[in-house]
Amino acid sequence: MDSLIFLFLVQDGATNGAIYALLGLALVLVFAVTRVIFIPQGEFVAYGALTYALLATGRVPGTVWLLPAMGLAAFAIEMIGKGSRMSGREIATDAATHIGLPVVVVGATFALADKSASALTNVLLTLAMIMPLGPYLYRIAFQPVADSTVLTLFTTAIGVHLAMTGLGLAMFGAEGLRAGPLTDARMEIGPLMLTGQNIAVYVATVALIAGLWVFFEKSLYGKALRATAVNRVGARLVGIRTSLSGGLAFGLAAAIGAASGILIVPMTTVYYDSGFIIGLKGFVAAIIGALASYPGTALAALFVGVVEAFASFYASNLKEVIVFMLIVPVLVWRSLGAVHDDEEE
Amino acid sequence: MNARLALPLAILVAAAIPVLPGIPPFWITLLNNIGLAALVALGLVLLTGVGGLTSFGQAAFCGFAAYTSALLTTRYGLSPWLTLPVSLLVTGIAALVLGVITVRLSGHYLPLGTIAWGISIYYLFGQIEMLGRHDGLSGIAPLNFFGVSLREPATIYYAIWFAVFAASICTIFLLDSRIGRAMRSLRGGRVAAESFGINTARLKLIAFVYAAVLAGLSGWLYVHYQRTVNPTPFGLHVGIEYLFMAVLGGAGYVWGAVTGAALVTLLKDILQRVSPMLVGNFTQIDTIVFGVLLVLTLQFAPRGVWAFLRNLAPQARPRTIAAAEPLRRRAPATQGDAPLLGVTGLRKQFGGLVAVNDVSFHLKAGEIVALIGPNGAGKSTTFNLISGVARPTSGSVRFAGHDLSNASAQECAKLGMARTFQHVKLLPEMSVLENVALGAHLRGHAGLFASMFRLDRADEARLLAEAARQIERVGLTEHMHKPAGSLALGQQRIVEIARALCLDPRLLLLDEPAAGLRHFEKQNLAKLLDGLRQEGMSVLLVEHDMGFVMGLTDHIVVLDFGTKIAEGKPEAIRENPAVLQAYLGSAA
Repeated sequence: MDSLIFLFLVQDGATNGAIYALLGLALVLVFAVTRVIFIPQGEFVAYGALTYALLATGRVPGTVWLLPAMGLAAFAIEMIGKGSRMSGREIATDAATHIGLPVVVVGATFALADKSASALTNVLLTLAMIMPLGPYLYRIAFQPVADSTVLTLFTTAIGVHLAMTGLGLAMFGAEGLRAGPLTDARMEIGPLMLTGQNIAVYVATVALIAGLWVFFEKSLYGKALRATAVNRVGARLVGIRTSLSGGLAFGLAAAIGAASGILIVPMTTVYYDSGFIIGLKGFVAAIIGALASYPGTALAALFVGVVEAFASFYASNLKEVIVFMLIVPVLVWRSLGAVHDDEEE
Repeated sequence: MNARLALPLAILVAAAIPVLPGIPPFWITLLNNIGLAALVALGLVLLTGVGGLTSFGQAAFCGFAAYTSALLTTRYGLSPWLTLPVSLLVTGIAALVLGVITVRLSGHYLPLGTIAWGISIYYLFGQIEMLGRHDGLSGIAPLNFFGVSLREPATIYYAIWFAVFAASICTIFLLDSRIGRAMRSLRGGRVAAESFGINTARLKLIAFVYAAVLAGLSGWLYVHYQRTVNPTPFGLHVGIEYLFMAVLGGAGYVWGAVTGAALVTLLKDILQRVSPMLVGNFTQIDTIVFGVLLVLTLQFAPRGVWAFLRNLAPQARPRTIAAAEPLRRRAPATQGDAPLLGVTGLRKQFGGLVAVNDVSFHLKAGEIVALIGPNGAGKSTTFNLISGVARPTSGSVRFAGHDLSNASAQECAKLGMARTFQHVKLLPEMSVLENVALGAHLRGHAGLFASMFRLDRADEARLLAEAARQIERVGLTEHMHKPAGSLALGQQRIVEIARALCLDPRLLLLDEPAAGLRHFEKQNLAKLLDGLRQEGMSVLLVEHDMGFVMGLTDHIVVLDFGTKIAEGKPEAIRENPAVLQAYLGSAA
């Protein structure tokens, strides 16, 4: 094999792998805290990518209307559920986070959406539009069934995935979009050309992983999330609101999804339904990492990316088959090792 | 209306539909699609609703059978009737392979595995030259039934709905049998089922293959109905749609499959016709509606639509227990004076924590031995080690001449060890009778096919008669047909004893049987156990109620912090200073 091709494929794979690592980490996070197998993770990627791509051309993306709609729905469900038992202050806080925040974001979007807006402005606007969707979504779809089986939560996630894909088509249309690179910088390392976008992907991945580490190790919220992941009932007994943890985990997942979308849309054309397959590759990584280990998932994701790069070079038609079949040996190995795991709840 | 007439009436109506004057042909097409989908959803009822497993890859199984039959008929000119068994076999083997590697893993790996499988197969169909890549295959022969071509929708309608009714009836028969009962017990967790000798991994595999074969049947019918095939109807999203049908219709009920298939197919048709008027050229509104409906169904009607509809249908009366030849009893143990159960140096460590610390004791046939001790003394862990639920770190367990130190719960059950649980493990929605009959699982013989085709009735009658006999023995006959979950907790413990007795055990392991019982119920329980002892039964029990233990047992073993601190006759234990100290503290 040509060593240049080899290096090129490894580099390409590492870039994709970095994205899968981010998604895989988000999936592990959501699963650990809420037991939800978060299939709609990929939709956040597509939403983030397309929202950013539209903003970059000065247009106002449809996601801007989804935000207040979902905020309102979440607020209504909260009020119907326990509004009568809430103090005025609590209701005001709820209204601020579910209605006030979306209104501010809508205002900011219309004020700032312009062809001349800087990439940073567009990135921040995109994150502001997508991230709150996570907690709203948790409140609407998952919190009401939070204590049911993994299977029910999984099926709910599938329902959410269907609805979000359909909404994606409504908001963004069937055409794919691509955005300009975040930066035009380039760097040559030997025979390899690293684009600014490549570097942005690596930097963002490392920064997000470091950020997650600090969050989980150092902050009280992070510790609360970890406590919920270890033992829901125990966490509740010591005063952690597990619904809050769930919302937080979903918020982080939505933000990571949106960030991944922003990172990939300058490198590839993204369609309203592209996220699903991308998200599933994050899953392949997460499964290899046993849905539990963060470093394991990150390494597995790099591996998935590299395998994919080589597969698309040598057998591009069977690329997806090869990537998804990667989990088979892992499942076999785990199945042989599984003596008797704990009773399902 | 009589419940027994509902089904024949439904079949009659279904048979009449195509020949009724004025039925638009389009309705027949819709009904055909409903029937094809119902077959797949029916498999999911068994898999998801009954077995608690989920697959999103059922469409891929349809495709497997469809392509197999398409290839064999177009390329080799085989008759579709010959390709039917081949298609089903190929699909079944694919499911078997996929199942073997996933069913032993915890619940969410199977659905994830089926997603990967669904996607891969879809891409694979589109890449294989022999299968016509994305264009697929066409010119496939229609079915031919004794010279009658089933080319028209109104004729193949009979083949499709015959398959739906036949498969539904077989599934109903299956669920009402020894194998079906064991499948239904999967939802109650593995530990209880395996304690009665049920091989849970094997049953999950059977459910998975059964569901796949039904999907294969649907795929085979589909390909000879459409007479062309391409990858589109076998993609992951179609697989998700099948699961949606089962959930919406009611995954716990056989007729939920038909209900769900009908609702989703009709809804899709309506949405496709209405949406251009409402939202212009925006074609995926059905995806949004389905997604939202799926979430709402899980939140507000997790049992599906059939759960409401079935209340309108006539209810079957509880069955009567027919007299049947009694089940064969286990041969009495012939081992001379050796103890029935011998525990030597039994130890269990969880990391640094020693839960059971080199405990030894033995139990002679016909004895009642109690294991007592304060909370956290390691009694239940010892129990789990003896009954094969947990593996000891070291030490040995000998039972009836066999070494059971590393035996599984299933093997312990086979040798005649039956147990109850500290936290009651009954299937709350199954009747007391069916719960108890689970205990006799190993004493029946009817397998999958015998159950599906109702060739198991003699075997089944003997099992139910045995269950009824044990229920009578423990004094719960009046509650026999009630759901087990409706009984008081104390009564549920007694149901567990009846279930254990159904195993025809040599040794009965009872984990806190008297907890939650009222005074006179405790007296009855003591009387029952005493009677069993006189018949030669051996009992090992964990109990907190000292009055109960002292009056009943032959021998007591006292544990404290995992270590045996005393053993002996009840009178001696009562006076033992170490025991008094453990229970009352040193100042006493």
